[in-house]
Amino acid sequence: MARSDVQLMLDVKAGDEQSFALLLQRYRSPLVNFLYRMVRNREQAEDLAQEVFIRVYRARADYVPSAKFTTWLFRIATNLALNSLRDTRHQRMELSLDAPVTADAEDGDERALDVADKHPDIEQHLVEEARKAMIKHAIDKLPEKQRAAVLLHKYQELDYGEIAKILSCSESALKSLLFRAYETLRVELAPLVARG
Amino acid sequence: MSCSRMEKQMLPYVDGRLKVSEQREVEVHLAACPACQLRVNEFRAVSGLLDELPQIEPSGAFDARVRARVAAEPVKQSWWAVFAPSPRAALAASMLLLATIWIGSRPTPTTPGNSQNVAVYPGNIDPNDLPVLENYDILANFEPLTDLPQPVQGDDSDEVDGNQAM
Repeated sequence: MARSDVQLMLDVKAGDEQSFALLLQRYRSPLVNFLYRMVRNREQAEDLAQEVFIRVYRARADYVPSAKFTTWLFRIATNLALNSLRDTRHQRMELSLDAPVTADAEDGDERALDVADKHPDIEQHLVEEARKAMIKHAIDKLPEKQRAAVLLHKYQELDYGEIAKILSCSESALKSLLFRAYETLRVELAPLVARG
Repeated sequence: MSCSRMEKQMLPYVDGRLKVSEQREVEVHLAACPACQLRVNEFRAVSGLLDELPQIEPSGAFDARVRARVAAEPVKQSWWAVFAPSPRAALAASMLLLATIWIGSRPTPTTPGNSQNVAVYPGNIDPNDLPVLENYDILANFEPLTDLPQPVQGDDSDEVDGNQAM
């Protein structure tokens, strides 16, 4: 039977390095994905995810299982992401002025639309890419806290109480935040929503 | 239920995260409110669109970099570790203690050739008590005390007589 996150963390606290490796394996992908959607840069997302794991490791001696492990983990990640966004806001504003027209940045490379693509279903491919780019753009346009709420709710499937703790707000405030975020997404993605 | 109250229940309803009683309440409202019903449908569509975004995989070097950083972390010692016995310190302390005990219990060396110079002190003086011995030596050999004149023998009437004769 797989050990729970809390048990693994308690084992790390007791000096079991192997348990830390298991936590790393379990949460590396969710964390990198969450941070990537938050900061929109793969390299930076990986750096931040590393920092999350290091902070967890450093805090092992003082770890007390007072809350779910994921709440603690994503709270660290969210704070790091929000701080990083605040610190690089000016830099990103300058970069966006020179940004190329892109299809999708899923692989971290801001690939320009390649109309000379030899893909057999080039039209279908371009439609799909444009659709993904539109969804991604709509998420990116959300205010940072709304974006964090949507990502934690949709992709990490955390419950409302956990997300509220991560974002330091009440559950009621979180539901309002998510409603506003979905309203914005509904408007931004109206062409896709109407098509169904 | 009002439309404004529906706002907070709409997404949990779409997620299927409402309690049975709350879900029934929402469905009653939706049956009577086409605007909220439309919005629920659109939220469902948005939720479906968000599912389309592919997940990314961390780079191959990610784990290795985390492990390297963990390995570079300094070993944290608790405050109490200061008192934890260290083998070297324990050995040094033991050696020092043994040396002290040995020196303390060693008998005072006496040189056979100098036996005639060893002073003999009265029985109530401890030969190991150096300050007392110093005082004893000074007083025993204090010459001014030996040079004191002997007290004069005789009675007072003779002196009176002598003065009168002068």
